[in-house]
Amino acid sequence: MNEAPREAGRLEVQGLSLSFGGLKALRDVSFAVEAGSITALIGPNGAGKTSMFNCISGFYRPQQGRILFDGENVTARHAPARAKLGFARTFQNIALFRGMTVLDNIKLGRHAHMKSNALQALAYWGAARREEIALREEIEKRIIDFLEINHIRHMPVGSLPYGLQKRVELARALAMKPRILLLDEPVAGMNREETEDMARFILDVKEEWGTTILMVEHDMGMVMDISDHVVVLNFGQVIAQGLPSEVQADPRVVEAYLGSGDPAALMKRINETQEAA
Amino acid sequence: MRIATAKQSYSSDEALLRTNTQWAWMGILALALLAAPFLLDGYWLYLACLVTINVASATGLNILTGFTGLVSLGQAAFMAVGAYTVAVLQRDVGTPFLFNLLAAGALTAIVGVLVGLPSLRVKGLYLAIATIAASFILHFVFVNWQSLTNGPSGISLEPATFFGAPLTSNFHLYWVFVPITALMVLGAANLFRTRIGRAFIAIRDRDISAEVLGIPLLRYKLLSFAISSFYAGIAGGMWAYFFRVVTPESFPFITSIFFLAAIIVGGMGTILGGIVGAVFMTLVPELLRFLVEWASPFVPNAGTLLSPVRTVVFGALIVGFLVFEPQGMAEIIQRIRRFFHLWPFRK
Ligand SMILES: Nc1ncnc2c1ncn2[C@@H]1O[C@H](COP(=O)(O)OP(=O)(O)OP(=O)(O)O)[C@@H](O)[C@H]1O
Ligand SMILES: [Mg+2]
Repeated sequence: MNEAPREAGRLEVQGLSLSFGGLKALRDVSFAVEAGSITALIGPNGAGKTSMFNCISGFYRPQQGRILFDGENVTARHAPARAKLGFARTFQNIALFRGMTVLDNIKLGRHAHMKSNALQALAYWGAARREEIALREEIEKRIIDFLEINHIRHMPVGSLPYGLQKRVELARALAMKPRILLLDEPVAGMNREETEDMARFILDVKEEWGTTILMVEHDMGMVMDISDHVVVLNFGQVIAQGLPSEVQADPRVVEAYLGSGDPAALMKRINETQEAA
Repeated sequence: MRIATAKQSYSSDEALLRTNTQWAWMGILALALLAAPFLLDGYWLYLACLVTINVASATGLNILTGFTGLVSLGQAAFMAVGAYTVAVLQRDVGTPFLFNLLAAGALTAIVGVLVGLPSLRVKGLYLAIATIAASFILHFVFVNWQSLTNGPSGISLEPATFFGAPLTSNFHLYWVFVPITALMVLGAANLFRTRIGRAFIAIRDRDISAEVLGIPLLRYKLLSFAISSFYAGIAGGMWAYFFRVVTPESFPFITSIFFLAAIIVGGMGTILGGIVGAVFMTLVPELLRFLVEWASPFVPNAGTLLSPVRTVVFGALIVGFLVFEPQGMAEIIQRIRRFFHLWPFRK
């Protein structure tokens, strides 16, 4: 089962709009995530980044727009089907199974690619047994070593510190044989050292596995360091995108981030939202 | 070769019993089960058979409610389906014992899937109500489908024969029931070493992120209903062979609550929990009864006074467990185990 990672996929979002009742969380959002790249999706709190992820992974149905994966329209596919296609994500508020061990959490990631049926499982025989042992071996060799979580493999996730939980969640996403990784704030709440470790892991995933990565992140230092492309959302709209250096210098981005401190900019934003509503 | 050793160590690390201590306990249990029928007299042997049947059923309910998080109060009705299947097959078709039990499991699994259909939309209390409704519908069928079920008077069974040997006494039944239940418990333990068991737990803990991991909720919820009802059906089938009469009142609604209490007291979502819960719920009332009988000569008017006390004590024990150890008896056992792991002279 020691296969090479699956080929990276290219994601394209076209004209996506999503609203909750009257609230427009996303308005006509379009951007692309090139195969094998690291793309950062940034924006102030409430900009719609997590909502975007939820649309991409199949949680939310957008009212308008399309999601293309390697040119194929996946907008109508349900979340489990997208997982099988190679969409793997981590969550802003870690969504691990706290009572399960680290290993079992990681194994869960492989679910969609396993085949054993209930009878084989009850007997732990044939395909079920082979598959489980091969999976264990692969996780040990390719994921546990890679993410340096050997020492915690048998521990229940709930007992781990936050930073390690985030790493386990990345491990689980890697077990999904991802073709695109969606990371929602992978270093939020981490200290400097943990952040640097995580940034290194993300870069290593890109380099060694070649996986496409789309990440939401507030840590601008990390975003500027490791991403190839940056998309900026504000109030559900893309206000800028480009190379990290271009985006950093863009006055609209500066305003979006600093705007809340400046009364004039705040008024302007309030007016804009009222117009939009 | 290094890879070969690595592989071996992974498969032993994935084994059900990993330490010598675990094997030792299993050996002791096996010996006790082998010796029991020779040491126990009539009434206790009867109880041993009943415990065995209840362990099978509780383990099934635990798969659904403890591991998958789908609360069901239909367990008694599912057992009834199994019991009637066995009774009808024996009366009208005359198929062999094991076939009848498997058929009981299979038919009950189908019924379970139908009852489980609302589970995609409703959860928790609402699902529990849906399973209660299904129980009453099934009861109605048992009473009114006279030509098949013989209505309220029910069906009496001849003693079963097992590969030609008649199973006339509890001593005989014990030797058949215990291996069947042991296999069922083993199957349940195996299930949770594989992707299917993990998917059940994922659905219980966070059904939304389970979907993002590639687990289709409806399919797995129905699969859990199917496996759980399969267990209930076989337990019901054994019950039919044990009591040799099945009526619509054989599996009253309270039986469903009995099994739910068993897995709560024993420990939801642990294999051990289903076993110790069923043992506790079956045996403790009996032990209390013996206590009352023993105390009778010393207490005037014992019969009327003590039997309500017995019920109250039983209830208090259950409540006590809920309050002091919500994780159930299995957790207490685990804690004792951990304590001995730290024992200075153990490896
Ligand atoms: N399920 C929901 N129902 C109603 N409103 C929602 C829902 N999810 C998100 N919203 C709203 O949509 C907007 C965008 O939220 P979202 O979580 O996508 O922001 P975000 O960019 O991820 O913010 P943060 O950086 O704080 O995580 C917010 O105003 C939020 O309140
Ligand atoms: Mg967010």
